[in-house]
Amino acid sequence: MYDSSDLRKGLKITIDGEPYIITDFQFSKPGKGQALYKCKLKNMVTNYTIDRTYRSGDKFEPADLDEVHMQYLYKDSEGFHFMNSTTYDQVSLSKDQIGEARNFLKENMEVDILFFHDTPIDISLPIFVELEVTRSAPGVRGDTASGATKSVTLETGYKLQVPLFIKEGEILKIDTRTGEYVERVKR
Amino acid sequence: MSSKEAWQRRLVIRGKIIEAIRAFLSRQGFIEVQTPLMTHAPAPESSIEAFPVSQGRDRPELFLITSPELNLKRLLAEGFDRIFQLGPVFRKGERGRHHLPEFTMLEWYRLGADYYSLMSDCEALIATVACAAGWKAHSVVYRGKEIDISSPFPRLTIKEAFEKYAGWTPGPDPDLDRFNEDMITKIEPNLSHDRPIFLMDYPASCASLSRLKPSDPTVAERVELYAGGIELANGFSELTDPREQGDRFRKEAQIRRAHGLNAYPWPEKFLSALERLPECAGMALGIDRLVMLLTDAPDIDKVVAFPPEEG
Repeated sequence: MYDSSDLRKGLKITIDGEPYIITDFQFSKPGKGQALYKCKLKNMVTNYTIDRTYRSGDKFEPADLDEVHMQYLYKDSEGFHFMNSTTYDQVSLSKDQIGEARNFLKENMEVDILFFHDTPIDISLPIFVELEVTRSAPGVRGDTASGATKSVTLETGYKLQVPLFIKEGEILKIDTRTGEYVERVKR
Repeated sequence: MSSKEAWQRRLVIRGKIIEAIRAFLSRQGFIEVQTPLMTHAPAPESSIEAFPVSQGRDRPELFLITSPELNLKRLLAEGFDRIFQLGPVFRKGERGRHHLPEFTMLEWYRLGADYYSLMSDCEALIATVACAAGWKAHSVVYRGKEIDISSPFPRLTIKEAFEKYAGWTPGPDPDLDRFNEDMITKIEPNLSHDRPIFLMDYPASCASLSRLKPSDPTVAERVELYAGGIELANGFSELTDPREQGDRFRKEAQIRRAHGLNAYPWPEKFLSALERLPECAGMALGIDRLVMLLTDAPDIDKVVAFPPEEG
């Protein structure tokens, strides 16, 4: 059971028996008055978004979800396919359900798939993934100012800003929560 | 400017603002005091939660102060006449774009004064610290909008504000859910953004430590200062009647019980000091929010060394 002080972006709760994720959260409190917790919530099954305002003392059931460890296989016109490496069961998620996670998905990667009553609805990535640089513009000569960056493309097609010394073919550690470069990984 | 440079610049200006506040209050004859940050008995307010601090088995639990208010009034009762405290206070469960569970509060108190003096103090203080923060000619730009900070700031009573923006008139004891919700959704967003503004004369039930207005006891002599959509400061002509204060605390304690919140020990030391407390007024100003306003910061995390999640 959560209460209103647990509410934050990313928290998954049950409303009318269905799982919702908080996509936007605002705490407000007038001086000497009760706090209000304004939330935008996305239904994790239908993807519909709703607005709700909660007060101190309100209680919430966590979303009733199961997390299953799976391997990413491939994508095709139907979506993204995953396999349970113990049972060999296969499931798929649509492009909408995968969302931003597609930027970091590489074949054979181990991920967690979230199920609501046996239906796969969402993916949970590892915090850090390692991906290869497949295209990189050469660094601009003479620009040695600290903090200078350039754009590169990773093997998933994802583009991001990295320090100038990064070269094509190198492996980078990426934070999947922010989509940002963390460090270069030695082979 | 990189986000790191912007953060460093804000921390430097924060230091200058605090230095300017101390100099300003000292010039006005205020003494800076430091009262304990841990207390046996926080004010029993229904909407503010104190962090408990364990002293170990067989010793009474303490609480981190949510404001130095009770301590400072005890000092006034002992003969001090102009004092201020500038330091951290702690409020459980308050976290948002304008809220930190640990934040920095300035509170100043004047003997023989009422809330009108506090409003003048605020006007002079804001002008002084805006200069220290690098702003010129009585003007500050916050989130792309210019704010004219020349004195006096406009004043609006709660009655006027609710009639104008919410379409109803709160009485002395309004439905608090409705009052608070309209305050957040209808009043605060519509307050003038090109001038700081004082909201004053709150319903009698919305200010448990404030004196009622002698000419209209349906309202309390409480004032709040807003600028750029940020609630900056709150102050009162202080209630100095120990019996009435005890009654109000009992009412607040009852609301706490009804909401299933823990009961705090009874603030006896404070209530007995009230017997000797002369007429006075005091204001509490959130330093982090003032720094937000004067460094054009979109949220409170941008003006502290480290947000609480990374402290």
